[in-house]
Amino acid sequence: MSTHEPPGQGAITVDHLPPDLTRALYTHMRTARDLDAEAVALQRQGVFPAYVSVRGQEAAQVASAAALDPSRDFVFPTYREMAAALAYGVEMVAYMATHRALWHGGLYDVMESRFGAINAVVGGPVPHAVGWAVGERMRGGDGVALAYFGDGASSEGDVHEAMNFAGVYGAPVVFFCQNNRWALSVPNERQVAGGSVAARARGYGMAGATVDGNDAAAVHGAVTEAVARARRGEGPTLIEALTYRVEPHSTSDDTGRYRDEAEADHWRTHRDPVALLRAAMLGAGHATAEEADAIDAAAAARAEEIRDGVSAAPEPDGSELFTHVFRETTQELTRQRRIWEEEVQP
Amino acid sequence: MTELIDRTDTAADAPVLEELSMQQAINRALRVLLAEDPDVLVFGEDVGALGGVFRVTDGLQKEFGDQRVFDTPLAESAIMGMAVGLAMNGWRPVPELQFDGFAYPAVDQIVNQVARMNYRTRGAAPMPITLRLPSFGGIQAPEHHGESLEALFAHTPGLKVAAPSDPADAYGLLLQSVRSDDPVVYMEPKARYWDRRPVRLTEPTDPIGTSRVVRPGRHATLIAWGAMVHRCLQVAELAAEDGVELEVLDLRWLKPIDAAGLAASVARTRRAVVVHEAPLTAGLGAEVAALVTEQCFRDLAAPVQRVTGFDVPYPAGPLEPQYLPTIDRILFAVQRTLEY
Repeated sequence: MSTHEPPGQGAITVDHLPPDLTRALYTHMRTARDLDAEAVALQRQGVFPAYVSVRGQEAAQVASAAALDPSRDFVFPTYREMAAALAYGVEMVAYMATHRALWHGGLYDVMESRFGAINAVVGGPVPHAVGWAVGERMRGGDGVALAYFGDGASSEGDVHEAMNFAGVYGAPVVFFCQNNRWALSVPNERQVAGGSVAARARGYGMAGATVDGNDAAAVHGAVTEAVARARRGEGPTLIEALTYRVEPHSTSDDTGRYRDEAEADHWRTHRDPVALLRAAMLGAGHATAEEADAIDAAAAARAEEIRDGVSAAPEPDGSELFTHVFRETTQELTRQRRIWEEEVQP
Repeated sequence: MTELIDRTDTAADAPVLEELSMQQAINRALRVLLAEDPDVLVFGEDVGALGGVFRVTDGLQKEFGDQRVFDTPLAESAIMGMAVGLAMNGWRPVPELQFDGFAYPAVDQIVNQVARMNYRTRGAAPMPITLRLPSFGGIQAPEHHGESLEALFAHTPGLKVAAPSDPADAYGLLLQSVRSDDPVVYMEPKARYWDRRPVRLTEPTDPIGTSRVVRPGRHATLIAWGAMVHRCLQVAELAAEDGVELEVLDLRWLKPIDAAGLAASVARTRRAVVVHEAPLTAGLGAEVAALVTEQCFRDLAAPVQRVTGFDVPYPAGPLEPQYLPTIDRILFAVQRTLEY
């Protein structure tokens, strides 16, 4: 059975959310949507060599990141967490620099932003979250680590090993799986045995929950609860947010070879998390249409600003090849740097 | 650049001479490190109550508590992945992977994460991790318990690699490795764990990447690391009976390699034989031979010889002595360089 039976059809509610939180979630999601569109355009223009869209996953990312405290928690992302970075307060020109291929991990300070480096190893950063969290408890801190990963990564040994470690140590980790149905070209039913990533939580002795990943309020509620539990010392949680990758895996992908676009169209039309939140926000009276329009305009402006910033960012100097290989460099690397200076440096 | 093994400490506070095995010397180094730096953590499979399968961590959990010294579940990749996260939270992890061959499941974390995180984050997230890895063969162990992974790790940008050959050096190199803010793979030659000898445990004085001449000689240089250093010393002893004076150079840092130390020795002896347990093809011996040849081309009286394991999977017990470089094979290689 597919894990993808959308839990609700149509409307979501934010009646129970504070108005300012609702508007904040909407602002970030709207900005992420616009920035995503700008990024796809930059790829088309040849400014980005490639891009991985987060379109359709804005609620899952923004609402989960917004449930954290950036002054004490720590996020371990993959390579498709732009909306989470935005909501968490990461410097976005520096973040988007990775998509312009200026630096693999992004140019933001991972320690200052408490948002790990962009990481292309599927599942690889998940055990880092466990190590960070074990270390946090040992220090006597109450910070929580949140690891993002996808349905594809849920097959990786590292993810299983990490969950088992977290269960054994009772580590304050939130494992946040964005199940967007497609791991590149492979659908859930050929990826996730048993049909549910969340169900695996039980085997690792932790709480597990499935949540509508396109319902910002539901995601925020589930992650808030998981974070609170972890902070209280009650151990890890696995959350599976059911969402959908409406865009191709990357700008190099061709979805026509493996999926029926009618399915993606259904999600675009009926399950768009940004539209759902806007409607719910207006319905709850948390913002007027004029206020929502003003948010939209501000979001578009910020996305353009980030776009312009990353487009204008300088390319790294060639000497950067050598700068951070070691804290204490070696004679051999110094020798090679000299070769670069004499024979390569423009 | 190089240093003779005959250390003569005359200072009043000179460390005492004591009889220690390498396994005890490493244990002592871990004690020093745990005591001097509250951020040092020792963890891995069975390192706690058991004290490690080789008892290298014996008594550490009792002395420093089960937070500083702790057992992990049995999953090498997560052990190294956890080390990355601990480092990102300010700790100085000293994980152990129980045997060389079982480092392979953790290679993704070691190569793709540990080795690159400082680079990826442009220095924001250093990885002061020392992976202790019981390594190499010679103890007639089951499959995957006798592997030599130094070429793989030395080939990986961002890693440093050490392989001590005797108790005193094992102590000093481990202190250096753990205090270093760069990740180090510290390969413990398990065949030498029980090698007891009178030693003085001293603070390391040579910089990282320094080799040492453990026996001076003038007719040829034997270059080795780990347990093969001892074998080369045996060879040198035998050769001396025939009037051939072999210099034995313990490389001990496999990355960075002491190119200048290699050159200084071979420029004098004009002949070099590199000895390692790992298979020949693309082994670290090729790197050593290239470094020697590049630097000493005009001084060399013979091509650099390599005496290594064969290009076969590490064999079972009865065949192990025929796989590892034997005294005779090393002597034959010496003879070839002398008669070239």
